[in-house]
Amino acid sequence: MMFGASDIGLLISSTLTYATPLIIAGMGSIMSETSGVVNIGIEGKMVIGAFSCAAASTLSGSPWIGLFIAILVGALFGLLHALACITFKADQTISGIAINLLAPGAAIYFCKALFDGSTQTRPVELTGKLPLVLGGVFPENSFLDFTFKNYVSVYVCLLLALCIWFLLFRTRTGLRVRAVGEHPRAAATLGVGVFRIRYFCVVLSGVLAALGGAVIPLSTVSYFFPAIISGQGFIAIAAVIFGKYKPGNTVLACLLFGFCKSLALSLGNPKFELSVSVHLLSMIPYVITLLVLLFIGKSHAPAASGKIYDSAGH
Amino acid sequence: MRQTAEGSLRARLRSVWNDTFLYTLLSILIGLLAGSVILLVTGFNPIEAYGTLFGGVLGTGKTRMYAVQYAAPIIFTGLSVTFAFKTGLFNIGAEGQYIMGGLAALVVSVLMPLPAGLHGAVAVLAGGLAGAVWGAVAGLLKAYKGIHEVIVTIMLNWIAFYFSNFIVMTPMFKKPNSTASVEVSETARIYTDAFKEHFGSVHIHWGMLLAPVAVAFCWVILNKTTLGFRLRAVGFNRNAAEYGGINVGRSISLSMGISGMLAGLGGAVQVLGVVGRITQLAAQEGYGFDGISVSMIGGINPIGALFAGLFYGGMKYGGSKLNIIGAPSELVNVIIGVIIYSIAIMGAFRALVFFFRAKKEGRPL
Repeated sequence: MMFGASDIGLLISSTLTYATPLIIAGMGSIMSETSGVVNIGIEGKMVIGAFSCAAASTLSGSPWIGLFIAILVGALFGLLHALACITFKADQTISGIAINLLAPGAAIYFCKALFDGSTQTRPVELTGKLPLVLGGVFPENSFLDFTFKNYVSVYVCLLLALCIWFLLFRTRTGLRVRAVGEHPRAAATLGVGVFRIRYFCVVLSGVLAALGGAVIPLSTVSYFFPAIISGQGFIAIAAVIFGKYKPGNTVLACLLFGFCKSLALSLGNPKFELSVSVHLLSMIPYVITLLVLLFIGKSHAPAASGKIYDSAGH
Repeated sequence: MRQTAEGSLRARLRSVWNDTFLYTLLSILIGLLAGSVILLVTGFNPIEAYGTLFGGVLGTGKTRMYAVQYAAPIIFTGLSVTFAFKTGLFNIGAEGQYIMGGLAALVVSVLMPLPAGLHGAVAVLAGGLAGAVWGAVAGLLKAYKGIHEVIVTIMLNWIAFYFSNFIVMTPMFKKPNSTASVEVSETARIYTDAFKEHFGSVHIHWGMLLAPVAVAFCWVILNKTTLGFRLRAVGFNRNAAEYGGINVGRSISLSMGISGMLAGLGGAVQVLGVVGRITQLAAQEGYGFDGISVSMIGGINPIGALFAGLFYGGMKYGGSKLNIIGAPSELVNVIIGVIIYSIAIMGAFRALVFFFRAKKEGRPL
């Protein structure tokens, strides 16, 4: 059987859906990296974001309360990372590793404590999910309907990427963020508050990572389970390096990844009668990412990324 | 003159070692304290919980040996991460290298009939080789294409994961009516039942002996050979090393290869010594990521990795006992997370101690 127009519409729609958490978390990674703080704790923050959102949504019945709690929890873990990296001048990678253990551990621990020892939360009610938008605009089951009827998060994340681009490249704050990430000492001599800017960026990074995780139980799956993120945080980081730390390119990298993933899944659909192992199909996104990287080559991180900044000058 | 300089250097090294050790102990204490706060908040008695955890590990010879069995594979992945770190590379890919090592060991054990003893040795070597290849791929891409090893190894982890699932589910390896591979052939198993009366059902396997050997191997290579010096020099300053006549590309590839080999050996000894088969996985098992933790707790030092591996192995095994009192075993991950966080911010503690000592002795800062 061949690919029909509706299949292509579905493919586009699921590409967007898969890319959404990656884009949101990727924007978090960009904020932190641009200000000069390496944040490999994105993965862990996505897990705890997904958990806190799912738990708060099912207990309260409202997705907005879920998202609000996820924002708080994300800010808390962002603050933890900022405290270690900026105030205590800790190794940023080690602090990120700690958060990648701490946050998922805490998520599953509290999940078991809240939901009678189960590693899954109760499912979020259908009415408690994010709204689908552009549903009635096009004729039902047409190509356009399949393509554009999506969870609101899909459109919001694209808007978010635009905002982050605007913030970083069209505002004074953004210029300061980039200056702090490239040469903090030079920025400091011009009166830029290096610590304050970095705190802002790292906390925002935590919030965005948690939100990236939080949209998953409110859209594609309806509950939290331990493997809900399974590496998406690292994929988001890879997309950022791949996208050369620019929001637009990062969105494209996330979309490429989402496309490969949904292509692999739709090729696995029995109606196409492909006799290729599902395991081999699942490899596609990762193999393609590697191949593309081979062609685009080097990516330069912000110069001060990962380096400890000490205002006292030693 | 020279002697005093050397003497003071040694004294300084000793004090660094003591400091590192003390601060690691302090971090562990902070981790346990944080764990007890969480236990209290969720309505468990910390003393009872820790009693269960540590009693469950240290209670009998059998349980102590179980902790060693848990520790063996993560000592290997811990060494893998440590070796890469020492040469300036961040190997997130120990997970994939571990998987490839286990897979190669399984394939050799099933497809290559050899006499007992030799079979196991060849299978373990094949595991090390597969891990080395998987690591070297990341090294080559970093060295000659400038692609960050973190992205490459993350992708390679998933490729290895699905590749293992694919191989395990092919008719040649799949055990009928199961989601696992056939058993490793009897001649390739590397454990002994000789100590059954002491340690019960625990598999005492070669990997437990091989782990300290690997520690010594890493330590010697890194600290006592020109090869190790070259690898570390490249990690420290790539341009200076190149200027000094070191082949940077080859060094990076070799570093990742050795690092991958260590993780691959871990996978091989676990499959041949403990599990005996490979199951189709739904999520990554995390041996490689545990290796990162082990490396951090061990202070990014091969000898440290041995003790940190034993500690982490014990905590993992002990954590499974927490179910007895109804507490979630994930407490252990939280504790380890806090320990590593504390290790990360220990620099600040050090500065504080230094400050107070200087103040007390009236020294200028």
